[in-house]
This record gives sequence, C-alpha cells and structure tokens, in this order.
Amino acid sequence: MKRNLTCIVCPMGCPMVAELEDGKVVAVTGNTCPRGKQYAIDECTNPMRTVTSTVRTACGGVVAVKTDRVIPKALVFEAMREIDRACVTLPVRIGDVVIEKLLGTDANVVITANLE
Amino acid sequence: MKQIDLVIVGGGPAGMSAAIAAYDSGVRDLLILERDSRLGGILQQCIHNGFGLHRFGEELTGPEYAWRYEQQVLEKKIPVLSDTMVLEITSDRVITATNSTDGVFRIKAKAIVLAMGCRERARGALNIAGTRPAGIYSAGTAQKYVNMKGYLPGKDVVILGSGDIGLIMARRMTLEGARVHAVCELMPYSGGLARNIEQCLNDFDIPLKLSHTVVEIHGKERLEGVTIARVDENRRPIADTREYIPCDTLLLSVGLIPENELSLGASVPLDRVTNGAVVDQDRQTAVEGIFAAGNVLHVHDLVDFVSEEAEIAGKSAAAYIRGELKSDCELPLATDGKIRYTVPQRITRGEDVKVYFRVADIYRNVRITVRDGERVIAQKKKARVAPGEMETLTLRADALADAKELFFSLEVQ
Repeated sequence: MKRNLTCIVCPMGCPMVAELEDGKVVAVTGNTCPRGKQYAIDECTNPMRTVTSTVRTACGGVVAVKTDRVIPKALVFEAMREIDRACVTLPVRIGDVVIEKLLGTDANVVITANLE
Repeated sequence: MKQIDLVIVGGGPAGMSAAIAAYDSGVRDLLILERDSRLGGILQQCIHNGFGLHRFGEELTGPEYAWRYEQQVLEKKIPVLSDTMVLEITSDRVITATNSTDGVFRIKAKAIVLAMGCRERARGALNIAGTRPAGIYSAGTAQKYVNMKGYLPGKDVVILGSGDIGLIMARRMTLEGARVHAVCELMPYSGGLARNIEQCLNDFDIPLKLSHTVVEIHGKERLEGVTIARVDENRRPIADTREYIPCDTLLLSVGLIPENELSLGASVPLDRVTNGAVVDQDRQTAVEGIFAAGNVLHVHDLVDFVSEEAEIAGKSAAAYIRGELKSDCELPLATDGKIRYTVPQRITRGEDVKVYFRVADIYRNVRITVRDGERVIAQKKKARVAPGEMETLTLRADALADAKELFFSLEVQ
C-alpha cells in the first residue's frame, strides 16, 4: 500500500511516498534528506508534532512557549489543556522549563521569548 | 539638530541585522529607531517555529530568532530608541521623530537604512459587500491578540487567504479552542508552503476551498456569517455557487504591503510590482545615502533572507559613510512577466550579485535565463517554482562585464 505524504520537518515540504506492508514502512521515496525519511516512517506508524503556544503569566499577560521536542500527535489537544493550566511569574528567559515531562513524554514545555 | 552617522528606521530582523553589520564594518555612531516598546518586529508575535533553518541550521520560533540578533545589539551596545515613531524623512536625510520623553526631535544622518517592514491589506481594499460588524480582523492582528495579549478573537472562524499567515492562524485558532470552518483562497493554488497546508489544515481537517472568495458579510453588531462563492478563471464570483457559512470571526490574510509612507516623503522612487524602493546591489535607493532592506523593500517568505539582505544594506551604508561605496556601471534589470520582479532592479558595480526574484504563477520544469541582448549571462533550472517562494540566482562579475541591460525570462521545458 502506498501513501502520499508532505514532509513538515523543514520549509521545503518535500512530497514523499511511503510504501507500507502490514502496517510497517518498507520503503520511502521523495525525501531529500534523512530527517524526511524518518518523518515518513513516523508519520505512518506514530505521528509526532511540536506544539508552539503561549502560557499565562501571573500578571495577566502571555509568553510564548514550545515543546522542546515532538510529542505524539494524538496528545496535542491534551497538551494544550496542560499548557492552559500552567502559569509563570516574570521575568522569564528563553529555555526556562515551564512543564517537565509533558503528559509523561520526554518533552518539556519551555519558554521561547524573554519577558521582563 | 542632532547629527548621527547612521540611522536605522525599524528594529525588527532587518533593522537589527543592518545595524549589526554596520557596527561590524566599523560604524560606531548609529541609532535604531523603533516604534514598538522592544526590538524584534513582527517576529515577536510569530511564536511558531520554522525560522532560521538556513541561517542557523536550526528551526527556531520567531522570538528565538529575534533574540539571536537582539543579543548582539545589546552586546555591542548599539543605541536604540524604542517607543519612538519616525514622522518624516527628507531626501537630504533629515529624520523627524517623536517619543514621549524627548517630544519631537530631528536628526541629520549621513546614511539611513529603511527597515519599516510591511502591513496587511485590509477589508476596505477588498471591497467585500455587506455590513460592518465586529469580528473581522487581519490575520496578523488576530495573531497579535492571541500570541501577545492572550485574547481569543472568536470561536467560529472563516479565513480568507491561504498564504502562510492565514494557514498559521488556522492552526493557532484551532489549538486555542476555536473552530475554523474553512480557509478560502481566491487563486486556484495556495500561496503558502506545502508544509503549512499539511500541518495547519490537514492535521485538523480544515477544508481548503481554492478558487473561492468571500462575497458578502452578514451581522449587525457582531459577525454572524459570510457568504462565499466559487470564482471563475477571471476571479469573478459565480452567482449560483454562493454558500453561507455561519461564523463569528473572519480573518483576512490577503496580502502584505511594504510600509513606504516615509520613503515617499523622502522622494524615494518605488517599484510598482514590489511596492518597495528601487535599489541596486548595495540595497541603496535612488536617493543617495538611503538604503532599504527586509519587508519594506519586498515582502519575504523566509526571515533568513531578510537578515542576509539587511546585512548587505548595513555593510553598504557603512561603506557609504566612509566614502568608499563606488559604482562603475548602470545596468538595469528587466523581467518577462513570468518573473514578476527582481531585487535589485539595477546593478551599479561589476561584482558578483545575488539576485532575488519571484514568479507570477506555479511553473514546473523551468529554465530561468538571464540575457544581455542575445548573450546568455546565467541560467538556472528548477523542478518547481511558485509565487509564494522567493528564488535567487547569482550573476558572476565576469559575466556582467560590458553588459548593457539584463533581461530575466522563464521558459517551461
């Protein structure tokens, strides 16, 4: 079985084709780099995504955050709820950890903008 | 009136990059004027990632990319006046600006780099029929509300325009709990990256309606719905394809316009296609000592190119201040229409020049040729080119020697 994919790893967005047999990826074509090939395999077996969002600050504003690595796509909306529950006090610096091991994954939610 | 060697108007990625490049070239008497309360420009609200892959080899979020430059501005102690609005620039490089501490003041500069960025096209320019209820925002305004202020502009959203800003906001609104009913795109293709169609629309099953536009707006105090319709090959709405979508929010992502009011005041000639200044390879405008870079010059897709371009402007402004900026030719660049424009539009020194350009449509298997009369100066083949993806082509100095006029054309193989 063949599946068409658009890679999202970098702005190139290479169109790829993954060949599957019994739910396993046996071949990937169209990728122009190894990360693309890995994306195709993951996307067919266990899709992952980075989440970029904002978190509330104690004084009522928001500051930008991201997951520092990809998390399972199926957890994205639950991740958003976790991020909504969090609150940080200023000042914050890029890299500060807001949530450790988000939803039991290896990903931390980290600050991506300096705010006084 | 204060005298300053180099004034940079705008402290976003272009302004910061130009300032740093000028500093690294030896300029110490310089000043960045920024109307916002901090540096970073539009990157502050672009909290998604995808920035810096070319420049830094990593995918950063907007604020992280901005910080790479802000850090250098701070380390080098480059003076910045924030919350400061430039009101006027004259062609003899007198800048009038204002802030609440200094009031209105004037600066005479030896050189200026214009880095004011761009703004969004609004509903008025589109003339969408209907009422004028609340709930209609440009995509960038909605982005600022969500990402900087923490407000959700609405719950049931329709987006007009499938450029990257529209696509990014489709995802952002969805993640924050809104329902995005459709993204309508006037053209038969999307202007955004394929990657964004995938991760912003397909991930959330948001329909992309190509060759569609919003033809009417409904609602008295607050938006209640929009009527959309399919358009024909001339982009005119087809009457019996009208469809009503109930919604409370309409986001418009329908074009970016370089912000050149100040440039016009300084008599800087603009290019009618880019709506930015006409410049040479140094990014110097036709007004001596005034340079331009970034979105104010032509709207970019990748901030990496903005930084690269602004470095050229900063270095060149520094050379100009030292009296070392020379020109030894006057070579205009023209295009065939399939290539919409080039930056620079003229070459005034015979050395290697990296030319940036955009095409008018999606073309596959193309050969781009640069000719001087009959003589082929340069060629480049590409499997696919699209209006939403800026391309480059480098012209070699030896090929440019004795050239009279360069013509850029695109052939589909």
